[in-house]
Amino acid sequence: MSSRPELQAPPEIFYDDVEARKYTSSSRIVGIQAELSERALELLALPDDDVPRLLLDIGCGSGLSGETISEHGHEWIGLDISKSMLDVALEREADGDLILGDMGQGLGIRPGVIDGAISISAVQWLCNADKSCHEPRLRLKAFFGSLYRCLGRGARAVFQLYPENNAQRELILSYAMRAGFAGGVVIDYPHSSKKRKEYLVLTCGPPSMSTTTPTAKGEDENICSDDDGSEDEENQTVCISDRHRPRKKQKITKKGKTKSWVLQKKEKMRSKGNVVPPDSKYTARKRKARF
Amino acid sequence: MLSSNIKGVINGFPLRIEVEKVVEKQVDFNPDFLKNMFSKIDWKALADASKIMGYAELPEEVPDASVLDSDEFLQKFHHALLELHLEEGALVCPETGRRFPVNKGIPNMLLHEDEV
Repeated sequence: MSSRPELQAPPEIFYDDVEARKYTSSSRIVGIQAELSERALELLALPDDDVPRLLLDIGCGSGLSGETISEHGHEWIGLDISKSMLDVALEREADGDLILGDMGQGLGIRPGVIDGAISISAVQWLCNADKSCHEPRLRLKAFFGSLYRCLGRGARAVFQLYPENNAQRELILSYAMRAGFAGGVVIDYPHSSKKRKEYLVLTCGPPSMSTTTPTAKGEDENICSDDDGSEDEENQTVCISDRHRPRKKQKITKKGKTKSWVLQKKEKMRSKGNVVPPDSKYTARKRKARF
Repeated sequence: MLSSNIKGVINGFPLRIEVEKVVEKQVDFNPDFLKNMFSKIDWKALADASKIMGYAELPEEVPDASVLDSDEFLQKFHHALLELHLEEGALVCPETGRRFPVNKGIPNMLLHEDEV
């Protein structure tokens, strides 16, 4: 079984009642979420004048990240696709307003009202096609387009995300750029496999001093601001999500090719119409050494 | 709060509110936030929305920025914007008539496959 929740089920199904409760009651996850949202708020770089802002939390889940926003004295609106998660948020008496919605369908918020957006571990879900009508590219386009409209001028959006691979990262970034955002990826602790966290920092409006990407934590040469994007992503195939086990695990055991493997292979060849010797008790046996 | 401002205008038009139950919640009064929000709000949508939800104290026409200094006005604004919550009901798109049900204060904005 893959450890990535994205590969197991669509978000509204994966985060059911049980999973939502488990997620929120795990002190480890609560800690990580608080840390991530703290950092995301820092990257958001709101003006330091104690005026409460209206922020948007995309994929707010049970309101863990919203809690951090409230602690900083800002108001927030949370959007999530999982009803169970929002129910938990209600139980926890989250301060923000909650909307049940799908970010891939656009945000549906009036233009220019939001002062900033954060999203913790959510945007990579957009790269999955969970229903036949889902087309990751269109969904990314709808999401970034509507986000760009609802943000005020000069507002920032910070997404913490776990891209599955480089192609996914580039895909997300290129759609953000197309929507008109400026910005790049900030990677904290790039050399640590566990602490490594990626943040996509986007700024609305024309490039200026304020659009420079902030420095990452934990390393010196770590900002990879690939603003150039990839021009020809039309041609490249992005591995969207295969729900199979990694290739290596499917392979044969150390002993070599087992009988079942050979039989399977023969069956496959037969189905292709190749000439395959019939199965017998000698199939997949080792030859004697003297032969 | 969403139940009276942002929901105001999706698809370019204010959503109509169908009220089944409104609750009022105490929220801390914060003038700075209100001043920040004032310029972003479609005043007519807010005034209409709060009237539907049973609070008719807001002026019909758009007040100019000078009212922001009056404490009384800010209190009203605060009440309409932050303390009125639509608990049960629906938001209706004026253009297509599509209903978005509101349960426990959470509007369900999910679209069907054919509406995307």
